[in-house]
Amino acid sequence: MAANIPTNSQVQGGIGAAVPHTGHDEHHDEHDHHDQHWLFKYVFSQDHKVIAKQFLITGIFWAILGGTLSSLFRLQLGWPESTMEWLTPFLGKWIEAGKLNPEFYLALVTMHGTIMVFFVLTAGLSGTFSNFLIPLQVGARDMASGFMNMLSYWFFFLSSVIMFTSLFLETGPASAGWTIYPPLSALPQAIPGSGMGMTLWLVSMALFIVSQLLGGVNYITTVINLRTRGMSMSKLPLTIWAFFLTAILGLLSFPVLFSAALLLIFDRSFGTSFFLSDIYIAGQALPNVGGSPILFQHLFWFLGHPEVYIVIMPAMGMVSEILATNSRKPIFGYRAMIGSLMGISLLSFVVWAHHMFITGMNPFLGSVFMFLTLIIAVPSAVKTFNWLATLWRGNIRFTTAMMFSIGFVSLFISGGLTGIILGNAALDIQMHNTYFVVAHFHLVMGSSAFFGLFAGVYHWFPKMFGRMMDEKLGYIHFWLTFLGVYLVFLPMHYVGIAGFPRRYYAWTGFDTFSQFADLNKFISVAAILAFFAQFVFIINFFYSIFRGRRATENPWNSTTLEWTTPVVPGHGNWPGAIPAVYRWPYDYSKPGAEQDFIPQNVPYSQTQSSNLPYEREME
Amino acid sequence: MSTTSTTQTLSPSTSHEEPRSGTWDGGNEPFKASYGKLMMWFFLLSDAFTFAAFLTTYGLVRHRHLAYTGDHKDFVFSTAYWPIPDHVFNSFPGLHGMNLPLAFVALMTMILIFSSVTMVLAVEAGHRMDKADVQKWLLWTLLFGATFVSCQAWEWTHFIHGTDAGTKMLDGTTFFGANLHMNQYGPVLFADLFFFITGFHGTHVFSGLCLLAYCFIATTNGTFEKRGHYEMIEKVGLYWHFVDLVWVFVFTFFYLV
Repeated sequence: MAANIPTNSQVQGGIGAAVPHTGHDEHHDEHDHHDQHWLFKYVFSQDHKVIAKQFLITGIFWAILGGTLSSLFRLQLGWPESTMEWLTPFLGKWIEAGKLNPEFYLALVTMHGTIMVFFVLTAGLSGTFSNFLIPLQVGARDMASGFMNMLSYWFFFLSSVIMFTSLFLETGPASAGWTIYPPLSALPQAIPGSGMGMTLWLVSMALFIVSQLLGGVNYITTVINLRTRGMSMSKLPLTIWAFFLTAILGLLSFPVLFSAALLLIFDRSFGTSFFLSDIYIAGQALPNVGGSPILFQHLFWFLGHPEVYIVIMPAMGMVSEILATNSRKPIFGYRAMIGSLMGISLLSFVVWAHHMFITGMNPFLGSVFMFLTLIIAVPSAVKTFNWLATLWRGNIRFTTAMMFSIGFVSLFISGGLTGIILGNAALDIQMHNTYFVVAHFHLVMGSSAFFGLFAGVYHWFPKMFGRMMDEKLGYIHFWLTFLGVYLVFLPMHYVGIAGFPRRYYAWTGFDTFSQFADLNKFISVAAILAFFAQFVFIINFFYSIFRGRRATENPWNSTTLEWTTPVVPGHGNWPGAIPAVYRWPYDYSKPGAEQDFIPQNVPYSQTQSSNLPYEREME
Repeated sequence: MSTTSTTQTLSPSTSHEEPRSGTWDGGNEPFKASYGKLMMWFFLLSDAFTFAAFLTTYGLVRHRHLAYTGDHKDFVFSTAYWPIPDHVFNSFPGLHGMNLPLAFVALMTMILIFSSVTMVLAVEAGHRMDKADVQKWLLWTLLFGATFVSCQAWEWTHFIHGTDAGTKMLDGTTFFGANLHMNQYGPVLFADLFFFITGFHGTHVFSGLCLLAYCFIATTNGTFEKRGHYEMIEKVGLYWHFVDLVWVFVFTFFYLV
């Protein structure tokens, strides 16, 4: 960015962040009005804000689909004996004699996991907010490479189309679980879903990884090279730190999944034996010898574990930002927050085998991974206590975004505590592959990442669309979701402790579990209600885009740079020069200040009444 | 950066205040590298993890197989143990029947390393904005790179066709060479990994050649001269050196240890 020379409008923009600007729209036309074809403005756009919205809306589409799939298998789990004839118009031949096809049940859980983890909580969450916020919050006109950023979305789109197509195959989509362990996933003769469905899954994921890579190098490079003047790494909002580290995790872990996927493609299509050895299927010995399915698990979880942090860290960053803004207090322990993010990022690469305690891995190795896993509790606790300390005696504004952020902290604690249990190899042997695990990760990285996503949407919606989302509908959405999530996942722990295995089509064959019939029904009712509550959000979202109350430039009285742009920033973000940055992003309720917030672009010389002794030197 | 014209307009009674301007204070390139070069570095870091996963796979699979424990001189191919590379890769084009362990692959490696040297010279010529020299060294790099890929093709062909004697397989038949299901030199995974990893590397070299060809055409057309810098060559150079470096590891894994 060459145009970093400050001008008058920029400096005035600094002081006037809370004051409505007038001249900006005219400015905007002078600077950025290109006669762009609508196709390049809204579809093949290179503007990070448009790409962010594309990711968000594609993510919403996938979330509805992923939620629908979960409702379907919850119906099966809640009422295993009852007829599903009424779903025939929707599911066609997957309903056989009034029963859900058991193989399709496996496809449902597989696709629910794949969609939610990758397409919603990776692409939909980090794709949306990394794209939207990185240039706006570091003070850049756009991403380092707008073209590659556009490609990132379109690779994701292509990957989405392929994954979506796989749902309609005659043999069904991939059915080997979202972790696609071979040999089940490698042998088409094992289950129908390991035929064409699995092939499309692998192709789709390969394209998805390309999309992640294109996005990731852009995010990292933009944060390093395109920060505006004065925006040192220790003045970055925590959102940016979270996105930055998330991108690094993705950059280093997704290629390993790519390797695993490529090897699996060769095993499936070209007859190699990387993951296959000594297999009998239908009484026939397969010729494959010498490979190792455990090897696949190592490669998969080398991505798979960082992946859960790829999902949760952007949510952590946004929650930190929203909690500070709406508590009208500086974030507690800014540097500790960065340090803990770094700690989590580092540790996330050395704990993958805690997913493999019962695979027959050397128990000594298991205890090393157990030790490393439990250490993650330390940075996680640092973050949690810092969030609580930020709330402590804050002047709290209960905006919808704030509600979801507090909900995030709650879910992160509830789900995180069971992580300590599961991280213990000895306990995990009992709990492994039960609903206890399902409950744990749905709380700690599923629901809480969703809460981060919702918080982000409610908070940055005014900057995305220039309008506010409806607060009342937001509260309804929050309470229904918050209660729904706990009503689903708390009982699930009990079912899990009783040994109820995950991925089972029906438990009616086991007398042990019949006493949980009511609880299962209860979970299913809560899950389906919580799913339908999401339509409150969908309606609110799309209604507000067109009819919401008009937003001001800085509706939350926030300090970060995105709020110094016009109500709806055009291509290039700032009509004048990019503002320079003088202070950290959390100057809320500073003693002596005229307002309870001081934007990052206000120089110390303009805030003499509130400057601390060491800041006076910088005046 | 020009600053003087801007500060007078601040609110009254303010002193001259500029944001900090250290290396990491924003508004500059902290690694003194353009975004394009940084992106290439990060891509290569990512790609390194892909290769690392493959080489880890190699190590793990090899560890799962028996090693040959007898005397080197008595070595014969068998699916029962991992082969000794000296005996697998011992032929040289035009010198049929001679035992020249690793001679050909050593030559290939030399050629690839030479191509890295000529690449450096092309980048250096780009710094001097010397179009003719850039063209010259790019052509040499292309030539060496293409030679390497051709050598690999020969190596593969030989590997696929096998030795004159072949190897008696478990079912009593004699098998020559290797493919993804059968392998005369040892366990089938030895061939699987050989094809997969050297193939993946070869694909990288081939992509590099395409990039180099593009650079050569663009240089000839004066695209970089008009642009005022030859940074594209530098970026492709980074990629090329990376691919060479990866070969050193692949070479070590398959041929040396």
